[in-house]
Amino acid sequence: MQSAFARRSIFLFCCFGALISMLHTSLIQAATLEARPGGKSIKTCIDQARAGDTLLIHAGHYHEGNINLNKRLYLRGIGWPVLDGDKKYEIISVHADSVHIEGLRIINSGYSSLNDIAGIRLYGSKGSTIRNNQFDNNCFGVYSEYGRSCLIEGNRFRAYGKEEILSGNGIHCWKSDDMRIIGNDIQGQRDGIYFEFVTNSIIWRNNSHGNIRYGLHFMFSHHDAYISNIFSRNGAGVAVMFTHGIRMFNNFFEWNWGDAAYGLLLKEISDSYIEGNYFSHNTTGLHMEGSSRIQILRNVFERNGFALRIQGSCEDDSLLHNDFVGNTFDVATNSSVSRNFFSENYWDKYEGYDLKHDGIGDVPYHPVSLFSTVVENNPPAMMLFRSFMVTLLDKTEKVLPSITPAGLKDDSPMMKRNVRPPNIKHESG
Amino acid sequence: MKKVMKYVLADILRNRIVLLYTALLLVVSCSVFGLEDNADKGMLSLLNLTLIIVPMMCIIFTTIYQYNSAEFIELLVSQPLRRRHIWLSLFAGLAAALSIAFLVGVGLPVILFQPSLTGLTMVLCGVALSVIFVAIALLASARTRDKARGIGKAILLWLFWSLLWDALVLFFLFQLSDYPLEKPMVLVSFLNPIDLARILILLRMDVSALMGYSGAVFREFFGTGTGILVSALALMAWVAVPLWLSTRAFRKKDL
Repeated sequence: MQSAFARRSIFLFCCFGALISMLHTSLIQAATLEARPGGKSIKTCIDQARAGDTLLIHAGHYHEGNINLNKRLYLRGIGWPVLDGDKKYEIISVHADSVHIEGLRIINSGYSSLNDIAGIRLYGSKGSTIRNNQFDNNCFGVYSEYGRSCLIEGNRFRAYGKEEILSGNGIHCWKSDDMRIIGNDIQGQRDGIYFEFVTNSIIWRNNSHGNIRYGLHFMFSHHDAYISNIFSRNGAGVAVMFTHGIRMFNNFFEWNWGDAAYGLLLKEISDSYIEGNYFSHNTTGLHMEGSSRIQILRNVFERNGFALRIQGSCEDDSLLHNDFVGNTFDVATNSSVSRNFFSENYWDKYEGYDLKHDGIGDVPYHPVSLFSTVVENNPPAMMLFRSFMVTLLDKTEKVLPSITPAGLKDDSPMMKRNVRPPNIKHESG
Repeated sequence: MKKVMKYVLADILRNRIVLLYTALLLVVSCSVFGLEDNADKGMLSLLNLTLIIVPMMCIIFTTIYQYNSAEFIELLVSQPLRRRHIWLSLFAGLAAALSIAFLVGVGLPVILFQPSLTGLTMVLCGVALSVIFVAIALLASARTRDKARGIGKAILLWLFWSLLWDALVLFFLFQLSDYPLEKPMVLVSFLNPIDLARILILLRMDVSALMGYSGAVFREFFGTGTGILVSALALMAWVAVPLWLSTRAFRKKDL
């Protein structure tokens, strides 16, 4: 009796085990499909695939129009297959979650003045990865709407538009959350990276350069962090607006030249940190309007036309431990009162002394020069800059401020630089 | 003509004041680069030196030299030499000597410490200013017989172009600020050699600031090849016109 029971239970156990293992293999063993020129097309593969399958795309030139990726697939290019949109189509439309797209060369997306046509467009996708692709001559590069937790990493974007309205953005996110944009290289797009209503995201180690309009452009994108990016030689630099809770650490803002070009333009930004960034060779390094409660710490402003332009609408901003070196004008403002706090910055134009030898100058420094105010109101006066006359006027104004805001001053200017300049070799102008 | 020029050149180069001037420029430029930790600030100090001290030295020295060598000039005139040649060789000797002084005093340190386009522009502008103010000084001294008045005129001319002119321009800029003055300002800048030299250097030194709205006109004009050519021609005109006028004055002068 007992042995019969034991036999039956062993049999049951074996049956159950077999069932489990069968189920298990069918779950684990996703198929691998392969698309190649002359063989199966990418679209056929996607139709045949089940969620979780791998799709290998072999080298070749694919003209498949719009590819609708509606399953959770792992797409991988082998030997840089080219997906060509023939200047008509959006190349890949992702309508699934947790999609992985890697190693593709995506070129010639369409252009439309009605729709934003992209190389890869994510429609409400969650947890997808777009990694190590090359985008060439597309209107928009990667476009995410209602994206969640997506990773866009190591892609290369090149576009050749001449006009703002005829071209699109490199990485464009709209109403997305928890995005990670890492290590992309973007050139020649309209805006390198564009965010609108994107929250809790990180933009890290990207190089956005030579774009038609902005290197980085965002609005209403709260609680994002921008770390160690390079924004250089963009048509109008970087402009960020209507946002609170941003963190910008260790970025480079360089070589943005032009009437309306800014290293970084802040408009209606509040409760944010701007720390350890390097602003150099910009017409205006940092332009602030309507910005409040911003901590601007340990940045280097080097060889800008105007290092800092702080409008009267800014208040409760703190500028501490920054270095101002070799700028034509250190600070310009349009207001006669200052509601911001400057302390312990290094100003290379400071001419005071330090009798106490505590490294802090004994005389306050007024960073707004008379002539920068004159030039604000009367631009042709720039012709007289650095003339004997103007130098004399500036000196008298420094002693007895009358036109420039007397309250805008650094009471403890540093005698030596706060920040060790980054060890980089600069290209010449 | 060559002989006279050589004589003048050798005479001035041995002159104690010119030696002192060279040494002063050399000491100032070397210390400026040695003391400042960034070369840009050094260039700024040199800019002031080039725009203020150099013209002053050139105009005053030339005037005094001219009056002191009045007897020598009389001697030359009694020789079978054309007056025009005597005058031009005097000019060439003075201009060459003071340019050499500037090249040694400022040119050398700049090449050593800041061998950039900015540095080159500054050295070239300094040489141009030296030659221009020699020409202007010759005009002042040829027109005036009395030594004291001649030197006074020279100092006034220097003061006018390095200080008063800019003050006047600034005054008119404010009085006429409702009018579009950008283009006229380009023209006005041609009327003062010091301004012209300064703008040419600024275009290199403060290029980031001039890329903005305030510098747009200057960039569009002076930044182009044509602009640089035109300003070089203007600087040459600043030599040629006073020189021509002074030569004419000297030819008719009753010594």
